Amino acid sequence: MSDGTLWAVVLAGSLGCYLLKLAGLSVPAAWVEQPWVSRVVDFVPAALLAALVAVQAATSGSAVVLDGRLVGLAVAALALALRAPFIVVLVLAGGAGALVHAVGG
Amino acid sequence: MPDPARSATLRDAVGLGAAVGLYGVAFGAAAVGAGLDVWQAGVLSALMFTGASQFALVGVLGAGGGPFAALGSALLLGTRNTIYGVRLVPLLAPRGALRRAGAAHWVIDETTAMAVAAPDRELGRLAFWVTGATIYLGWNATTLVGAVSAAALGETAQAALDSVVPAAFLALLWPRLRRSAAEPGAQRRVALGGAVIALVLTPFVPAGVQVVLAVVAVGLAGRPRRAAAGAA
Repeated sequence: MSDGTLWAVVLAGSLGCYLLKLAGLSVPAAWVEQPWVSRVVDFVPAALLAALVAVQAATSGSAVVLDGRLVGLAVAALALALRAPFIVVLVLAGGAGALVHAVGG
Repeated sequence: MPDPARSATLRDAVGLGAAVGLYGVAFGAAAVGAGLDVWQAGVLSALMFTGASQFALVGVLGAGGGPFAALGSALLLGTRNTIYGVRLVPLLAPRGALRRAGAAHWVIDETTAMAVAAPDRELGRLAFWVTGATIYLGWNATTLVGAVSAAALGETAQAALDSVVPAAFLALLWPRLRRSAAEPGAQRRVALGGAVIALVLTPFVPAGVQVVLAVVAVGLAGRPRRAAAGAA
């Protein structure tokens, strides 16, 4: 992707996200406060964040790839289950990924 | 400060700002790892200023996704803030277009949570502005720290970063799946559905599009329990 396209994505995305925030402070509450709207919005992050976890940890281009990233992810899940702080989770995941990379060449 | 409730609000706001700063480092590093330069990472934190959308945008770009898939995932995650704004209107009562436009920029997860949890309206307003200010400063500063450090990394450190990015997404997702979350069962079904849809579609759609399409899981797995009881 060219640098110009990247800048366009950065600026258009920023504008769009800002307008979504502004809309909440501007539109009549009745438009948004329908049970199904808040329900859908409440579930969108779970679907997208889980998809991003899967894509970041187990794909490369258009292929499903199993490598050290999955080991890092497993370590991160264990750390999260033990209620480790965010920074500890990231350091452990990064360390595990780097170790697999170093051992596996 | 004589008023203990006021000092508690200020202390919590500053503490939250410091905690969120750690995510800023991860975001800056992820952005540079995805091919953005330090300036683009910094502009995202200054202008987009909503963490999950920023992570999603660079996550899709990092996976080789096109501009529309990146924008789509960032905007879908940004719809949360519209709901937050509606909740904040009675509390903030922003008068005039200028104040409304200014307040809007800081309508995010953390400022909403702090403002809504405050014991009264005046403290709620204070919590919103102080949390917004500390997080804005911390998030932007640490984004630059993460971006500049990642730009200087070697190959093994890049392999570490490859594992840090999915771990960061998992850490963002985790609180939504905890037993203490609202409807954790449905949240877990939606999350599992989103991950499965994304992986199954990966070979067949342009990179990044599978992330946006994972939103279908909300319709499949996020129905109210009464309707889902028969199927589950």
